[in-house]
Amino acid sequence: MFKLLKYALYDMVKSRFALIYTLFMVLVAISIYQVSDDLGKVSLSLMNIMIMIVPLISAVFATTHFFNNLEFIELMLAQPVKRIHVFLSQLLAVILMLSLALIVGFGLPMFVWGADSSLLTLLLVGVVLSAVFAGFAFLASVYTRDKAKAIGISLSLWIYFSLVYDGLVLYLIYSFADYPLEKTTLVLMMLNPVDLGRVLMLMQLDISALMGYTGAFFQQFFSEIFGVALAGGTLMLWVLLPSMLALLKFKKRDF
Amino acid sequence: MISVKQVSKKFGKLEVLKDFSLDFELGNSYAIMGPNGSGKTTLIKTLLGMVIPDQGEILVKGIPVQGNHQYRSLIGYMPQIGRYPANMKIGQLFAMMKDMRPEIKGYDSELMEQFELERMKDKALGTLSGGTRQKVSAALAFLFLPDVLILDEPTAGLDPIAVEVLKKKIKKERKAGKLILITSHILSDLEELTNRAIYLFEGEVFFADTIESLKEITDEDRFSPAIAKLMQWTLKKNTAKKSLSHV
Repeated sequence: MFKLLKYALYDMVKSRFALIYTLFMVLVAISIYQVSDDLGKVSLSLMNIMIMIVPLISAVFATTHFFNNLEFIELMLAQPVKRIHVFLSQLLAVILMLSLALIVGFGLPMFVWGADSSLLTLLLVGVVLSAVFAGFAFLASVYTRDKAKAIGISLSLWIYFSLVYDGLVLYLIYSFADYPLEKTTLVLMMLNPVDLGRVLMLMQLDISALMGYTGAFFQQFFSEIFGVALAGGTLMLWVLLPSMLALLKFKKRDF
Repeated sequence: MISVKQVSKKFGKLEVLKDFSLDFELGNSYAIMGPNGSGKTTLIKTLLGMVIPDQGEILVKGIPVQGNHQYRSLIGYMPQIGRYPANMKIGQLFAMMKDMRPEIKGYDSELMEQFELERMKDKALGTLSGGTRQKVSAALAFLFLPDVLILDEPTAGLDPIAVEVLKKKIKKERKAGKLILITSHILSDLEELTNRAIYLFEGEVFFADTIESLKEITDEDRFSPAIAKLMQWTLKKNTAKKSLSHV
């Protein structure tokens, strides 16, 4: 398993994508740190960028990685190794690389110019979102035999969770504005990992008051340990569910 | 050694293997023949666990293949088209494969030497020609001294010298008492290298016995005409089926 992971990572480091991604993240972080001295504003801006970019990069990179490494996967499947290990080593390698790029990319400027708890939460949310969308990407990859189709599905999932879902929720809230919707919106939020990450961040920033009555409700809910645990647990489910489904399919897939 | 029991496999609507049963014994060398799309490669891939059958089971040394991975260390596999990570170098590939089987200490690098792969160990696998890639596949298949050798069109794409080297190696391993499965369309190679003939037709075993009995049944004393006769029979069988279905 660790040998497989080693060779998967080795191949990835060579592809130079990791370096470019890290550099890009460093540049983004540096430019935002230059704009403001207020750490709260910095983390808010970084969050807005991260919440869009990290899932996108993760989805596209994980899909292309799977198909570019199909040869390697096929080669390994003819060897005396477990299928589960082949799959997990590839998935873990992708998640590790994406997380490392993010942590180094955002962490380096933070190290230089200082950080607070909200920025650390930001890193954590970024790592989790990378894992969630890598899982989605692998799920799309094992169910299709065509790279273009798999990338299409991954991108659709990204568009759905990042853009479309919020529109649907807003529409719902406007349509049923006369009813108490706090609990409903809470549930709706749980059904979207990107929203979940965003709200966890916003709670740290103490600007939930800007979100009106619902924001106040969230603040109350999330400041309780139960709320944080529930949100964290749901996010973990979002990490595990797609990956597990992909693993089940991978075990039965023909190569 | 390997027994295939009532294996069926469908790709979509296409039935590639139909209720397929066969036994492979140690010490024999099997020629697997059949027209394109008759299920040769699928059969090999099910033996390796790369394709998972819809029904039936495959036993290697009496242990079911499904959910097992250790048995693969008994098998040396040379794929029809060797596909390797493009960024990796030949030397690294061999080092990695050895690393994947740490329990095996003795290696058979005869083919590596004869194909002069050592000299090219810094070449990236993505830049290799088809023939060199075949040489790499062949060297890998023999590297771990496996009991079973599965060779999918081993001589396709190799130059005449390399073909002779590989054939000599296969004969040597055959003498050593290994189980060898070869698929090929080159009948003269098969006649040289095997003693059992298996003819597949549309996912079914049409013929499986020794080459002598094949010659006897077909009333031919040479291998190629005997196979040609088999092919004619399969065609007849097909037309017979069709005419029945129109009644």
